[in-house]
Formats: sequence, C-alpha cells, structure tokens
Amino acid sequence: MKPEQIPSPGRPLPHFISKEPFEHAAASRLTPEQERYYLASQWQLMWWRFKRHRLALISAVFLALAYGSILITEFLSPYNLHARHIDHIYAQPQSVHLFHEGSFVGPFVYGTNYKLDMEQLRRVYSEDKSKIYRVRLFCSGEEYKFWGLWKADAHLFCVEKGGTIFLLGTDRLGRDILSRILSGARISLTIGLIGIAISFTMAIVIGGLAGYYSGVVDLIVQRIIEILQSFPQIPLWMALAAILPVTWSPLLIYFGITVILAVLDWTGLARAVRSKLLALREEDYSTAARVMGAKPKRIIFRHLMPGVMSHLIASATLSIPNMILGETALSFLGLGLRPPITSWGVLLNEAQNINVVALYPWLILPVVPVILVILAFNFVGDGLRDAADPYK
Amino acid sequence: MIGYVLRRLFLMVPTLLVISMIVFTIIELPPGDYLESYVAELQSRGETVNEEEIEFLREQYGFGEPVLQRYVEWVWGMLHGNFGYSFEYRLPVADVLGDRVLLTVVVSLATVLFTWIVAFPIGIYSATHQYSWGDYGLTFVGLLGLATPNFLLALVLLYLANVWFGTSIGGLMEPEYLDQPWSWGKLQSVLEHLWIPVVVVGTAGTAGLARRLRANLLDELQKQYVTTARAKGLSPGKVLIKYPLRAAMNFFVSDIGHLLPTIISGAELTAIVLSLPTTGPILIGALQSQDMYLAGSFLMFLALLTTVGVLISDLALAALDPRIRLEGGQAR
Repeated sequence: MKPEQIPSPGRPLPHFISKEPFEHAAASRLTPEQERYYLASQWQLMWWRFKRHRLALISAVFLALAYGSILITEFLSPYNLHARHIDHIYAQPQSVHLFHEGSFVGPFVYGTNYKLDMEQLRRVYSEDKSKIYRVRLFCSGEEYKFWGLWKADAHLFCVEKGGTIFLLGTDRLGRDILSRILSGARISLTIGLIGIAISFTMAIVIGGLAGYYSGVVDLIVQRIIEILQSFPQIPLWMALAAILPVTWSPLLIYFGITVILAVLDWTGLARAVRSKLLALREEDYSTAARVMGAKPKRIIFRHLMPGVMSHLIASATLSIPNMILGETALSFLGLGLRPPITSWGVLLNEAQNINVVALYPWLILPVVPVILVILAFNFVGDGLRDAADPYK
Repeated sequence: MIGYVLRRLFLMVPTLLVISMIVFTIIELPPGDYLESYVAELQSRGETVNEEEIEFLREQYGFGEPVLQRYVEWVWGMLHGNFGYSFEYRLPVADVLGDRVLLTVVVSLATVLFTWIVAFPIGIYSATHQYSWGDYGLTFVGLLGLATPNFLLALVLLYLANVWFGTSIGGLMEPEYLDQPWSWGKLQSVLEHLWIPVVVVGTAGTAGLARRLRANLLDELQKQYVTTARAKGLSPGKVLIKYPLRAAMNFFVSDIGHLLPTIISGAELTAIVLSLPTTGPILIGALQSQDMYLAGSFLMFLALLTTVGVLISDLALAALDPRIRLEGGQAR
C-alpha cells in the first residue's frame, strides 16, 4: 500500500481487493529450492550437509589425492625405491633455486661437495655453486616397472645428468627419502582401508546379531566387548604381532598385521551397531516386516542396516587413523612390517635412535604424512558424523 | 554400598579368567617353545648342548605336559603369588617385575593426573567459548597431539630436554642413582625425568578427554536448568560451577575406563623408546624370545591394572553421583 493511501488516524482504511486469481494452496506452495530440499535423497542431504564443513571437504580432497597418488607412485617419485646412491649417504635435503648470481635460470639445484669430517666422524655436504643442474618436468629418468608389469622411465620431475635431487635428503644407504615416503604411502594407506573393511564386517555381523536377538547372545557379546576394550591395545597388538612367524613372506606379514589390527578394533563399531539396532528393532516397519514373515537375516540387512549405515561409515572413518598409527607403532618397534616392505612405520624405524634426531633430523620426515593423513581422516570423520543424520 | 562393592569384585573374577585364557592362548600360539630356541641358539654358537640339562628343564617347567594342565597350573600359581619362572633372566618372574611394576603404576598415575589437569580447563574453555578462535585453536592443537605418534614425540622431547636442561638421555633417573636406596636426591632426579613420558603419553589422552568433556558440557549447557539459573540472575561463573560442571565431573570420573587402557598402551610404547625401567622394554623382549611366563604375567598384570582402575572409577562414581542406582537395572 502506498503511503498516500494511508488514512489519517481515526479514519477507516479503504477497502482493498486483490485482482489476482485466488489460489488456495499459496501458503503451502514450495519454492524451487524448498522442493529440491524435500525431494532430495538422504545421501544427497548428507552431501549438502558435509559440504558445509569446509575443513572436512578440504581434508576429503587431500585424502583423495593421497590415495590417487599411490596408483602412480613410480611416476611421482624421482628415484626408485631401492636405488642406492653410495656417494650420497646421509645427504641433507637439497633446495631448489631459481636465481644464480642474481640472474634468472629457472628451477635448478647446485651440485654437492662431499667431505668426511674426521674429527666428528660424519659426512659433511655443501653446495657446489659452480655446478648447476636444471630441474625438468615430465622427463625420463631411472627405469622402473610400472605396477611391476610394464617397463617405463617417465618421471614427474628429474634433474639433468650428473646432478642429484634429494628434496628430503637420503638415509643410511643413500636412498632418496622422498621416493621412499611416496612408496610407503602404498602400504600405510591401504593397511587402514583393508583393516577397516575387516573390522567393519565383523562389527556388522556381531553387533547386528547382538542387537537383533538381544538376550543371551547380547549378553555374551557385551562381555566379550568389555573384556577386549579393557585390555590395553598396544601390548596386545605387540603380543599378536610377535606370533607371526619370521618365515612368512612379506605379503603374508602385511595381511597378518592387517588382520591383527582389525581383530581388536571391531568392538567400538559393534557397540554402535548394537545400540542403534536395539532402538530400530522396536520401530513399526521392523515389526511389519516380521509379521509378514521376513527372516531375521533379511530384516537385519534389508530393513535395519540402511538406518545404521551412515553412522557406521562416520565412526569407521574415525577409526582408520587408529589403525594407521597402530601399524606405524608396530613397525617402529620392529614387530610389524619389516624391510623390504616399505611403510611409514618402517621408515621411522630408522629414526629410532636419539642420534638420528640430533644429526640427521630429516630422517623423521616420514612422520609428516602420518600426521597429515591422520588429521585429515579425523576432520572427514567429524564432517561425516555431523552429516550422518541430515534430518536433525 | 558394601554389597555393591562385593558384587563388583565378584564380577571381576570371570572377566579376569577370560583374560587369562586369552593371554595364555596368545603366548601358546607361536610354534616351538623357549627351550627349542635356547637349544638352537647354543648350537649356533657352537656350544655343546647338555641333553640332560635340557631334559631336566623340560621336566621342571612342564613343557611336556598337556596344554590344559599347564594353563591350570599357571593360573593356580598366580593365585598363590607364584608367577612362574623367567627363562631368559633365570629368575622368578616376581623378581624380574619387582620395582618395574611400581614405576609403571607411578608413570600411569602421574599421566592420569596430568591429563586431568590439562584437559579440564581446556574442555571448559572450549565449551563455554564454542566456535571462538580459542576453541578452534585448542581443538586443532589437541588433534595435532592425537595425530602425532607418541614414540616420535618422545624422541624429540628427549632431545630437547637434553639440549635445554641437560637431562640425561633415557631411563627414569640419573645413572648414579640406579640401584641406590630411595633418597631426596633420587626422588628429585626421578621427577626431573618423569615429565617427558608423562607429557608424551598424556598428549593423546588429553586431546580425547578434552573433546569428550567439551561435548558433554555443551549438552549440559543447553539444558533448561541453566537457562533458569541464568534468568534468576546468577553470575555466569557461578552458573557454570554450580550446576553443569558438577554434572560433567561425573563423566570425568567415569571416563577413566576409556583413559586407562589408552594411557597404559602409550606408556608401554613410550617406555620402549625412552628405555624407562618400566614394563614396556621387558615385555617386548619377553615376547620376542618366547619367554612365555614373563610375557604372560606382564599381560595379565596390565589387564589387572585396567580392570582395577575401572572398578575404582565406578565406585568413585557411585559415591559421587546420588542418581546412580546401585541395584542393577538393565542398562541399555
């Protein structure tokens, strides 16, 4: 209503008639956005909710990149996993320069001078400013077998002939740390996934049975879970890992360790499944299914599990870091994976000595990806947990 | 209350029995036994193996007997304070354990205290200042502590302590106090060394505890009685301390059941890196050389420590919170 139409105080308002056709559903009509929201599936809603958690989104992208990188490890790493550089033992990280004596050259590294310091009995490396080696992208370098199948020699980056590029230094055998970290990711990242797959299955089956049947089954499962949870995890892992025969092949040891990590991890998940199922079992749709003669297996997996799944995935994501840390700790102690398998824990095993921290601090760099991955999993798990119940 | 304590103590028996079965299975699983590896070691050194001695040892420690009988004897012995015989140290297990058990308990208790002292203010601050920069910062630092492997933090702290304070590396006291009777100087030296394992082991537990406290306190703060208290004009500090904090305190005590296994796990691992005279380094040695009674008794001891800890926390909780009914209702 325009201001001039407002009558002075005390006078009646003019009669107003809308000329538009009458619509009875105007109040309940949805805007397109609302409609999209109400029609969206649960997973769609979860995705929208998840997207709002910025940190979780960034972490998810980071994890996707990390897992993507293990497909092309050989291409990304400048050197081969086991390639030794005898002239560069315990070499410190080299830095990439852009300018040489004030003029622009593009990315390059200087050569290295090597001197044995007889007083302290250590190798001293210094930059040799007279030699310049350019860094090239997408070049051919050391030959490798891609996925152990095809011969190839393409690398993401390498240096001109004669030079070396150790961005994160080398270890006691002169192996490039960066290349080793990249291939360590293959083992360390997958061990978490395979482990969680095993413990996830155990949790769903055991927790599902306990939650659905309750009674005696529930009582027994509850006690088992309590006992397993009251046990300090790492000593038990250590004891189980010590059982693995030394004669096993590296691959078997890898699976053995994964199973050990999983066997002690399912308890928390199983508890979550059980308590959720106990609640869902009482819902009308579950009774309806039972009345119609559905078997317990069908009711659990067809009707009850979908309601639990989103929560489960969130909790599973939160327990992957635990497994990665577990593998790292076991390998660090020499009880887990052993060379020639290369995982982040195996790499850190080299840094067991206090002298290493003092003299060759770059040997503890493999801890950086460990921390990043674990943080990322935690953030993604947080985001998923918030998004797990989008109807709230 | 006495009835409740007795019932809880009675319930511990089957739990410990099952744990002892698990432990015994684990130490029985590896093929061969200590004597076999001992003989192999002697042969590899080119020494002659005294068949009679081996046979005598085999007889003495009952390696030939069936598994079930050995299990019963082991458990029976433990009930009478006889923890078996360590083959590697050639001593009764109780003598090998000795001081180390005490030190493990000391380190664990100190860590629990440290965790509480640090986590409590952090949890309260994050809950009362939800979504502030302080909250985010503390959460991030806590997560960082959670994500850093304990053993590596131990190494770095050890190095820094050596560079900055001149603390000797490894062990729980200066070398000259080893095997000395307890004195003021020794205590001081122990305290000087104790903080590293305590901080290292504490970081992981602290982060978890602070986050759980934050969540719990946030739940309490949204309840109506808080609004009522605020509406009737109580100062914010008083509102916080008087009601929600008391409710959260219960959680603090009951959470020890979560905290203790984490701390003991971490303590074992850190002890190995720092070569502390606690149970960690011996455990790993015993596991590797199949010194089964030593390893088994250690694992049992750790399990007992957690079970007793959980029991104490439950009793404290029952004493603290009048709402908790001692007569068992079905908990769901």
